[in-house]
Amino acid sequence: MLSDNIIEVKRVNFYYGEFKALTDVTMDFEKNKVTALIGPSGCGKSTLLRLLNRMNDLIDGTRVEGEVVFEDRNIYDPDVDPVEIRRRIGMVFQKPNPFPKSIINNISYGPKLVGVKDKSELEALVEQSLKQASLWDEVKDILNQSAMMLSGGQQQRVCIARALAMKPDVLLMDEPTSALDPISTAKIEELIEELKKEYTIIIVTHNMQQAARISDYTGFFYLGKLIEYNPTEKLFTTPDVKQTEEYITGRFG
Amino acid sequence: MKWRYFKQNVFFVTIRFSAFIIALSIGAFLVYIFMNGIGAIGWDFLTLPPRDSMTKGGIMPAILGTFYLTAGAIIIALPLGVVSAIYLSEYAKQGPVIRLIRIGVNCLAGVPSVVFGLFGLGLFVVFLQFGSCILSGALTLGFLILPTIIGASEEALKGVPQTFREASLGLGVSKWQTILRIVLPNALPGILTGSILGIGRAAGETAPIMFTAAAFFTAKLPTSIFDEVMALPYHVYVLATAGTHIEETRPIQYGTILVLVALVLGIDLIAIIMRSYIRKKKRW
Repeated sequence: MLSDNIIEVKRVNFYYGEFKALTDVTMDFEKNKVTALIGPSGCGKSTLLRLLNRMNDLIDGTRVEGEVVFEDRNIYDPDVDPVEIRRRIGMVFQKPNPFPKSIINNISYGPKLVGVKDKSELEALVEQSLKQASLWDEVKDILNQSAMMLSGGQQQRVCIARALAMKPDVLLMDEPTSALDPISTAKIEELIEELKKEYTIIIVTHNMQQAARISDYTGFFYLGKLIEYNPTEKLFTTPDVKQTEEYITGRFG
Repeated sequence: MKWRYFKQNVFFVTIRFSAFIIALSIGAFLVYIFMNGIGAIGWDFLTLPPRDSMTKGGIMPAILGTFYLTAGAIIIALPLGVVSAIYLSEYAKQGPVIRLIRIGVNCLAGVPSVVFGLFGLGLFVVFLQFGSCILSGALTLGFLILPTIIGASEEALKGVPQTFREASLGLGVSKWQTILRIVLPNALPGILTGSILGIGRAAGETAPIMFTAAAFFTAKLPTSIFDEVMALPYHVYVLATAGTHIEETRPIQYGTILVLVALVLGIDLIAIIMRSYIRKKKRW
């Protein structure tokens, strides 16, 4: 079978100083699918997510063992530029974090810095990104207003549009709806469904129903280990591992 | 029950009184300076050099000198201070070396200004052979206010939410660009506050410029940064202690102080207006 994997994590250990946060994690992420990472707080799922575009580099005293292969190269090789990796593998954070700039400048910030100078090209990119984030209709008349004026759900979609404007291949989402109300959450979930046609999405979530609703594959983490990794339907109906079953039925966590 | 209210009232009155005392003493100080100094102020006073052994005439060379020295100090200290603060808060790995640098900066802030004066005399005036001039004085004052600017800038940089940095870096924007486009603009109001404090201190100091820049008297205006200048605080010091007409020149002393205070407050005001303008534009 031809491999359709976009990212392959191979035998990864991860340390915050002395503390071992991930132990021997191996998992592949399939292209144009939504993969959910679930597990109780502190299980290492967010750590793994941030490992995939080297955001953990920003924390002093962290160490990685093993390989994360993206496009045939280990992104932790010394000659790989993490800035380049983050352009290809974008990220949306737990709390909406737009810049204190206008909506249009939030979206065009990244593209401008990687060399898109042409004004009409930038405008087209802003429109396209906002449409992809299904926010265009709501903000097309207020593009010059501060993104800080928007509601939480709209702010999160600005952040998604901002990430999309860099034209990444993969979108990492770290509990993107945990700070949002149910209606905004539903909108973002719809959006994810739409986005997976063009992007590979890896999402960390605390909400098991959410994982069940939107993902194709689910990985269950516990105490820094990948306990079970299966198609979502299988994991939530007939899990292979007893621990998984106990977690998804709410017996712990 | 009544006892509790009584205690509460006593407490409120006390803290209100403390705040009031501060406002009152500043007010009293300003009024006192103003009442004593305003008589000397006039067009001639502000535009003419002193004459008749500095018992008459104006203080224009001193105003200009203080302006040059202060501007020079801020031109030297602001970039150096901001860059140091960026290194300390954004780049340096937190550890013993950084702690040592930080302790050094704090110590520097507590060093008496006369020590800076002697340091400037030794290094700039004598060793580097700049002589007593604007350049030496501005460099000395620059070093004097450096800790203030580093401290304020570092606080301002730390005040920028970490989520902004993550958002920018997560887009694949380099660290330097992130600092330049996101961190610095959002830290600017705080950095300006630091500069205000620095400017105020630089304009008012006497000891650091005494050996490095200030002339007892020169009617000639400086034509280059290697010229000696008169300066307001030093002028007051000279008139009040070293002259032969101390009582006679009292009004000039007060007038000079009034000009100095007005100058410092004016600079503060400009910075405060700039800061509130920037703050209004940036909200998070």
